[in-house]
Amino acid sequence: MADQEILDLLTRVLRDLLMDDSIALTMTTRREEVRNWDSLVYINFIVAVEIELGIKFKIADVESFANVGEIVAKIRTMLK
Amino acid sequence: MDHPAVASQSDFRVQLQAALAETESRARLDSLARLAQSRLSFIETIQLDQALARSAAETIDGFARVRLAVLSTNTIDHLLPAIRVAGLRCRLRIDVFSGSFGQYRQELRDPASPLVQFRPDLILLSLNARQAASGVSISATAQEVEEVLARAIEELRELWRHARSTFNAAVIQQSYLDVSEPLFGSYDRLVPAAPSRLIARLNDLLAHAAAQENVMLLDLAQASARDGIGAWFDIGRWLQGKMEIAPQAAPAYGDLVARVVAAQRGLSKKCLVFDLDNTLWGGVIGDDGIEGIALGEGSAVGEAYLALQRYALQMKERGVILAVCSKNDMAVAETAFRDHPEMLLRRTDVAAFVANWGDKAANLKTIAERLNIGLDSLVFVDDNPVERARIRASLPMVAVPELPEDPAQYVHCLANAGYFESVSFTTDDRQRAGQYAANAEREALLGTSESMDDFLRGLGMSVVFGPVRPVDLARATQLINKTNQFNPTTRRCTAEELAAIAAAPEAVTLQFRLVDRFGDNGLISVLILRPDPAQSGVMEIDTWVMSCRVFGRELEFEAMNIAVEAARRRSVRAFRAKYVSSSKNGVIRDLYPSLGFARADPEAGVGGAIQWQLDLSTYTGRKTHIERAEN
Repeated sequence: MADQEILDLLTRVLRDLLMDDSIALTMTTRREEVRNWDSLVYINFIVAVEIELGIKFKIADVESFANVGEIVAKIRTMLK
Repeated sequence: MDHPAVASQSDFRVQLQAALAETESRARLDSLARLAQSRLSFIETIQLDQALARSAAETIDGFARVRLAVLSTNTIDHLLPAIRVAGLRCRLRIDVFSGSFGQYRQELRDPASPLVQFRPDLILLSLNARQAASGVSISATAQEVEEVLARAIEELRELWRHARSTFNAAVIQQSYLDVSEPLFGSYDRLVPAAPSRLIARLNDLLAHAAAQENVMLLDLAQASARDGIGAWFDIGRWLQGKMEIAPQAAPAYGDLVARVVAAQRGLSKKCLVFDLDNTLWGGVIGDDGIEGIALGEGSAVGEAYLALQRYALQMKERGVILAVCSKNDMAVAETAFRDHPEMLLRRTDVAAFVANWGDKAANLKTIAERLNIGLDSLVFVDDNPVERARIRASLPMVAVPELPEDPAQYVHCLANAGYFESVSFTTDDRQRAGQYAANAEREALLGTSESMDDFLRGLGMSVVFGPVRPVDLARATQLINKTNQFNPTTRRCTAEELAAIAAAPEAVTLQFRLVDRFGDNGLISVLILRPDPAQSGVMEIDTWVMSCRVFGRELEFEAMNIAVEAARRRSVRAFRAKYVSSSKNGVIRDLYPSLGFARADPEAGVGGAIQWQLDLSTYTGRKTHIERAEN
């Protein structure tokens, strides 16, 4: 999966969760920059991505992602 | 983790947008409820909840509102959307209050807690086993373990009583999820203090205490035993956010909760309606003949259909009504029931049997009418996807499970869809099947009677009545909460509330049983009179419900005669009564005028409520065909 595809998938998941199609994630987007992306939505986001891709993040990863790009990079290595 | 037995929607997003585009709030809620009927993914559940939040907050007829407080030792916020969505699936608008993490004791006891403002109808206690079983050494003896567990249960009992007395709420207690890992292995079950053994014992004691205290059980332990603990618990989420129930389990959890709430509100289904060919047996009896259909021991397929019949009989024994709706010749269809040696279901097990070549939607209406229950009480079981689609389109209130193609899976599909969730199992449930069989005989009598008068006289009816006693509480509560048609106010109550009213000297409670020559209909009506606080000598009809099974027997007239006599003995001058129209109680719109009540207000009040008044000094009552027997 190319990085752009992963980014698109993350965008779609977050749009669905927040029912907000104006959301446009980039590699440098940070959680606090997206309206309503609170900690509960973040956990739901992680769970939805895990279900969608059939992967499981390590708990340390979930706590350490500084921006969307780091999530994309981690997924890229997990899908290899 | 079987979700509602209806396939998921491929175009969920489109349908959700379409529902949100509805401008009329009733139509919007109907569309959302229709979407909620299908199997929803984790993310779709959250989306639907968001759509629900954007819908009007006003009360909409056909969607009962209920306030549920969830108090927990764990994080539960991630579960609330699924509870609301599963509620919508049961046509309930559940307002959920989520207690602060781990603060359940304080919230229940503190008069200033926000829970007081919320005024919950129901309180769900969702606790984890860590606290209840903490500090028990693995070397503890069986007796030491019992003492610790007894204390834990005693604390729960106190919380339950507190929840009731302070909030007047019904209580749902969740069983403990066993998230422990084995210590010894198989030997764990032989060690009293081994975590898995200890939690199993705790759940046993919990169920026992809940039964004694009339607390409803949400059996999470049973669900996780069925689905596997991995489906419910994710250690990562527990460590990250103290979520004992994993987010991906939220849709299943919402269903568990909503089903119990719906059952408590009387919204569970009442009747299983079966198609015949390729549903109750394999093959087409009209083509294959009685000897050609697949049914019975000896073949796997034949046994699969037998399994469904066995399940139907078990459901009948627990009080579910059975019916048949088939495209067949009546005589041919009935032959199998009478003459097939392997048939488990007999003709007498089926309370309403409709076999013809007409439209099944019309036939389902006939069945509902004949049984005197609402269409929304029916579950329609048919192997044919075309028939299913037609019923879903024309009768959306009928539950239509998406039956799997393999008959081996039929029972699993039906049993896990939660249509018949129950919070009690009363004597009346046990006798219901016999009562419906007797009803068929009554109908036969009606057919041969020359007039209604003749029929009523021929029934040889007597009413057995008296105050609501402790022994009557379970059934009386069930009747009050399940009755939608003969229910002028749709007021609901818990067993505790009813017990309190029955014990109060100023109130009059009456329970009625109707017996005739075909049998005992059981406890089929409850009437509660309470003094009007504003006017002395006036009593208000607080609650009056009657089972649809005894409509048209003049019981409402005899019950009113009895109530008036009881009130006159207390020197009561007048009755006040209220009729609040609902989607279900149109059948008794004219109840009060027919009993001699006069309008007490010129115009309907808030929510279409109409006030009625009866002057007891001029009440003459109506002579009925019902004899009296007091108990």
